[in-house]
Amino acid sequence: MKKLMMATTAMAMIAGGAYADGHADEVKIGVILGFTGPLESITPAMGAGAELAMAEVSDSGALLGGAKVTSVRGDSTCIDAAAATTAAERLVTSDGVNAIMGADCSGVTGAILANVARANGVVMISPSATSPGLSTAEDDGLFFRTAPSDARQGVIITNILQDRGFSEVALTYTNNDYGKGLADAFQAEFEAAGGTVTISAAHEDGKADYSAEVGALASAGGEVLVVAGYVDQGGSGIIRSALDTGAFDTFYVPDGMVGAKLNENFGDELNGSFGAYPGTDSPGAAKYVEMATAAGFDGTGAFSPESYDAAALIMLAMQAAESSASADFKDHVFDVANAPGTEIFPGELQKALELIAAGEDVDYVGASAVELIGPGESAGNYQEIEFADGVYSTIKYR
Amino acid sequence: MDILNALVALANFVIVPGLAYGAQLAIGALGVTLIYGILRFSNFAHGDTMAFGTAMTIIATNLLLAVGITFGPLPTALLALPFGIGLTILLVLFIDWLVYKFYRDQKAKPVILVIVSMGVMFVMNGVVRFIIGVNDIRFADGERFIITARDFKTMTGLNEGLAIKTTQAITVVVAVVVVAILFWFLNKTRTGKSMRAFSDNEDLALLSGINPDWVVKVTWMIVAALATTAGVLYGLDKSFKAFTYFQLLLPIFASAIVGGLGNPIGAIAGGFVIAFSEVTITYAWKKVLVYLMPESLEPDGLVQLLSTDYKFAVSFAILIIVLLFKPTGLFKGQSV
Repeated sequence: MKKLMMATTAMAMIAGGAYADGHADEVKIGVILGFTGPLESITPAMGAGAELAMAEVSDSGALLGGAKVTSVRGDSTCIDAAAATTAAERLVTSDGVNAIMGADCSGVTGAILANVARANGVVMISPSATSPGLSTAEDDGLFFRTAPSDARQGVIITNILQDRGFSEVALTYTNNDYGKGLADAFQAEFEAAGGTVTISAAHEDGKADYSAEVGALASAGGEVLVVAGYVDQGGSGIIRSALDTGAFDTFYVPDGMVGAKLNENFGDELNGSFGAYPGTDSPGAAKYVEMATAAGFDGTGAFSPESYDAAALIMLAMQAAESSASADFKDHVFDVANAPGTEIFPGELQKALELIAAGEDVDYVGASAVELIGPGESAGNYQEIEFADGVYSTIKYR
Repeated sequence: MDILNALVALANFVIVPGLAYGAQLAIGALGVTLIYGILRFSNFAHGDTMAFGTAMTIIATNLLLAVGITFGPLPTALLALPFGIGLTILLVLFIDWLVYKFYRDQKAKPVILVIVSMGVMFVMNGVVRFIIGVNDIRFADGERFIITARDFKTMTGLNEGLAIKTTQAITVVVAVVVVAILFWFLNKTRTGKSMRAFSDNEDLALLSGINPDWVVKVTWMIVAALATTAGVLYGLDKSFKAFTYFQLLLPIFASAIVGGLGNPIGAIAGGFVIAFSEVTITYAWKKVLVYLMPESLEPDGLVQLLSTDYKFAVSFAILIIVLLFKPTGLFKGQSV
């Protein structure tokens, strides 16, 4: 039924496009996500989020004097850089998309940026690539992301630890790109801020025994143990072993470690520990979930709000540049995303487009409280959590 | 005082966890080594046999808890253990009848049996996940600690704490009991003797009237009991996760081979060699040395020989060195 609805909508959009052809161009946006592969469970809601924004803009008829926006999907596979590059190449050269909403995983995003986006001068906005490496990648001003870099999380961790008066911590990370990237970002930031990391030890996920790691961590010492791992993997094993041997009793848990499983596994033992994971108290988030439910998909899915925002930013920037060509609108992404201007929430894209057309400034807040910083990435909103009485709860937004 | 602190720190982070982990590996390795000695192949499905036995024990534990039976301060899983062992015995006997018997009758080469056991491993992988899921499951209940690090500190007035978990003590005690029973069985009973005879020389054993089917059955039963016990002890001490049990296969095989495949004493020694090599070589000695050294000589660094990333490299380096210089293992086993 849903498919039928989508097909009907698509048909209506194409038909509408034919009528509108007289006075406006059609705008095509490529949606490149890992529809197959490790992220296949969350990408449907991401794609639907991006297409929700496109449908909203098409229906408003306010973009570039009534242009219709169509989505062209491509499969990034999340892990296969060659396949992702081929898919992107097809979207750009054969389908002629004006911009790309994607990709999802950091590795394939970097590959598409280097091989397709830069080569063809196409803007891409990724909703979910968090690798710090992408901040410094050569992008000719074409690459943005509505997800925060893990370098940002390093700053968040440093701030939280310092606010609580901790200056000496031990650090363990899961031995992959995520863990290593986050650990390095945090260590650099924390040491620059005057803190000491007594040891930075890797741990492998799914292993039998973590006594060796905990022994080394305990020997190095520190007031807090930062565990940059996964809650359903080695991270919990490390915490278990550290608690049992009395090596540490206060832990910091980054985004990969926050989950209901923590309450279940440790309960009262974690009282006094703390951490942070992405999240915002902006009214946009709630509004987006409502819109998504009405459209028939789950708006609380990971990176689904960020996908809506990525697509919305592309279209608002086009409006600001009065052109759908990447070379023209790439310089306007920052303008529409950040203050000053009228704050724009999900569902208000028509209003935003009209304001821009009238020459006024907009500050796109969207579903994930977008604020672009530095090389064009989300500043990142985190919620700080603390454990008390055996469960964690959000105490503050950062 | 400083010396005591140093000793306690060492005991807490090296000796106690090493002993418990070593005992778990040793019981696992005993199962592998028995199969190798008597059925003459490396059983890759052993990790998943452990997982299956533990899964059954967890289900039985939940049933016991549901009707309100607990084991007081000890984990209820110990009461459920015989049930888990029973089901695992049925399963391995069924697999033997369905799969291995066919190849045994054909007098298939050991290498074929190894590959067959890999097939069994993948099937059991799926069966275990199907029954109990892929998640991390904790099933230890009762008193968690004999002594906690904090209590130890207040009791002794030392700076360092020593934690001994109930599960660690149970692991070591059960390991001793199991090994004692196994050795009594192999050395004193008629069936045990015929198993050893079968292991030493199959043809001679057959000629002297030993029933091979019975020997094979008893071996599988003992192996199922050992695997389930090792799995439950490990799961009580850490937690149950199907994937982790599959990964346990590597250190268990390393233990059996270092000790000498086919030799039960070797399996036990191998378990402790592997466990302690993982923990000690990557241990950061800073804490211990700070207590022992005069202040002027205190180390600044971590005094860590190798980073913990290399702990598996260490145990496998030991394995290779042993095989190079003593192909039959530390205790005389069969050469691989």
